[in-house]
Amino acid sequence: MTSKLISAATCAALALVLTTATTPAKAAGESLKPPSQYWSFSGPFGRYDQAQLRRGFQVFREVCASCHGLKYIAFRNLGEPGGLEFTEDEVKAIAAEYTVQDGPNADGEMFERPAKPADRWPPPFENDVVGALANNGVAPPDASLLAKARAAERGFPSFVIDMFTTHQEAGVDYIYALLTGYEDEPPEGVEIADGLSYNPYFLGGNAIAMVPPLFDEAVEYEDGTAPTIDNYARDVAAFMMWAAEPKLEQRKFIGVWAFLYLAILGALLYLIKKKIWRRVGH
Amino acid sequence: MLGQTPYQPKTWIGRWLEKRLPVISLVVDQFVSFPTPKTLNYWWTFGMVLSVMLIIQLITGIVLAMHYTPHASMAFDSIEHIMRDVQYGWLIRYMHANGASFFFLALFIHMFRCLYYGSYKAPREVLWWFGVLILLTMMTTGFTGYVLPWGQMSYWAATVITNLFSAIPEYGDEIVIWLLGGYSVDNPTLVRFYSLHYLLPMIIAALVAIHVWALHVVGSNNPTGIEPKSLDETVPFTPYATMKDIFVVAVFLLLFAWFLFFQPNYLGHPDNYIPADPLKTPPHIVPEWYFLPFYAILRAVPDKLGGVVAMFASILVLFLLPWLDWSRVRSGTFRPLFRLFFWILVADCILLGWLGAKPAEGIYVEIAQFATIYYFAHFLLVLPLLGLFDRPKRLPESITAAVATLDEKKAAAAEQAALERVMRAQDAEDRAKAGDTATAEETAKADDAAKPEPAAEAPAAGEPPGAEPAAATEDASDVQREKAAGERGSAAGAPDKKD
Repeated sequence: MTSKLISAATCAALALVLTTATTPAKAAGESLKPPSQYWSFSGPFGRYDQAQLRRGFQVFREVCASCHGLKYIAFRNLGEPGGLEFTEDEVKAIAAEYTVQDGPNADGEMFERPAKPADRWPPPFENDVVGALANNGVAPPDASLLAKARAAERGFPSFVIDMFTTHQEAGVDYIYALLTGYEDEPPEGVEIADGLSYNPYFLGGNAIAMVPPLFDEAVEYEDGTAPTIDNYARDVAAFMMWAAEPKLEQRKFIGVWAFLYLAILGALLYLIKKKIWRRVGH
Repeated sequence: MLGQTPYQPKTWIGRWLEKRLPVISLVVDQFVSFPTPKTLNYWWTFGMVLSVMLIIQLITGIVLAMHYTPHASMAFDSIEHIMRDVQYGWLIRYMHANGASFFFLALFIHMFRCLYYGSYKAPREVLWWFGVLILLTMMTTGFTGYVLPWGQMSYWAATVITNLFSAIPEYGDEIVIWLLGGYSVDNPTLVRFYSLHYLLPMIIAALVAIHVWALHVVGSNNPTGIEPKSLDETVPFTPYATMKDIFVVAVFLLLFAWFLFFQPNYLGHPDNYIPADPLKTPPHIVPEWYFLPFYAILRAVPDKLGGVVAMFASILVLFLLPWLDWSRVRSGTFRPLFRLFFWILVADCILLGWLGAKPAEGIYVEIAQFATIYYFAHFLLVLPLLGLFDRPKRLPESITAAVATLDEKKAAAAEQAALERVMRAQDAEDRAKAGDTATAEETAKADDAAKPEPAAEAPAAGEPPGAEPAAATEDASDVQREKAAGERGSAAGAPDKKD
């Protein structure tokens, strides 16, 4: 008993060390923590909000796509279940608005043609160097995986709590915070190089090469959603989550049943085990 | 072990096969009638969990290999191809990635169980060695596998870890070039890691076979740490151990599913969704969680070679464990002081794991140095000294005796509780008869509040002489022993039917 007590005390002391050592201290150049937002696709029962995905897609096409690629998305993906679910004809029509390079043809020449559903999203720049030249020296990253490839560190105790709440939205929280977090003037004492913008959420150190991309009423929503930066950022972040994790709905749907199955199986196995062991005297 | 009668096949075809390849009797003798100590608790089920995880990793890995492209310019894209275009590719890939984590989780639980119950002690040293060899092989497999997606963390983890070998005096640089197949991590490195990642699991499977073989020669340890003396103290492996194991496997898979389906990227690092870029070093290079304690030890030592040596030594020291802990009492259940240090070691390992995820600067380095020194001190100083200073409790004669003591205690406790109830009821009745102002019911309630008094009196009044005083002096820690020795191992507190 005494040793149990002492070991409990050790653990408590350890926990104390952990908490005090991780008390956030925002040093210069460190980025702000993005606040958690509400997302329809969070948690075990989360689903994408189809209208939101379509709005986000619209923002992406009209604003982001001029600089950011979407190379892991093919036009056919826009019609797949658990996503934007455009009809076959709509997908064809969207694809036809873009041109892709094909070839070589019978004369050995490369040629351009309208995209088909099977084609992947065409890149905005020929290569990264061209992209960097056009964007303050930094090539805009491909947007297909950004929602999973960016996240501010959650820190203690959030990272422990996240295990129980199945928090997987640090990436979209970050994207939303970044898009809405631009400040016109850097705080005093912070120097920002020419062409860069000040953004306290930016993980790469507050000076970001992307100029503020969104403005109120920059995109005309058809469903009556208010045309604000806030909505644009939220919608495009959700769209980017879908682009990074297009099978999320299928995964969670199967997951709930798999979990239930295992829970019932486990309970039954326990009862069998108990019954078998009742025979044993000890 | 333990005079088990060999199985004789009953059908003619069974007998025919038995003469040519005795595989039926092998399976029956080793996995059905194999005698298992009765008192095994739930910590003994992780061997089966590990077997299941190994099979899951093998199957998902084989399927992934059908769709993956081991080439520096195509590996990352092929992973996305699996995630998006292959039927249920996301499921297979997430299962494999998270499966590695849960494989290690089960392995760590399995190993700490050995540490607590002294399962590495004679005659199980060779069994323990092969366990440590499996750990080493699994670490190599985990590391080579993590490189394959060719994300930023893959690339830089490969760079950091292969560079460790440059610390070897004289030939270090040549060895690194030989390992990498070039001057930096590149396509040749990826392809050879892929080859090794496919080879090593076969070696793990072979080591597991030897591990199980060694286990079946010496038999399972058990929470009392006392060898079973007769078949009465054992149960056949099937259905008793198998059923318990399968139940735990289901619970473990439940936990696995929680991560796999609802937070498959929780245990990974976001940077690994950025394609490898040799020109851009991530701000913090962090390994997977199961390597963090070792990574902390590596960085705690200010000297590069020293760090590498310390990291490898932290595992190699485990090979010497059977002799470093020379106490003849096997189970931590009977060693109060050992038990205390065991939990400090667990806390130390968790602390090291947390430090491994922190940048190697400032106070973190100092804590890591302290924790590293403590880790080695536990094995090299504390354990040998505990052999001298630990005052183990009196061991029961046998497993049966240990269980019997537990039964007696339970019976005595039940009797005492019954006695108390009777006394209190009588007391209340007496007072009611005496015509107290309070009603009998209220008196009973008041008595409840003043419970300690009758409890203290009861044993003197009702217990057989001799039985209780001895138990009373051993008090609380004894209760704990019973708990470990009996309750967890027995049928989860099922009522006893022994005559």
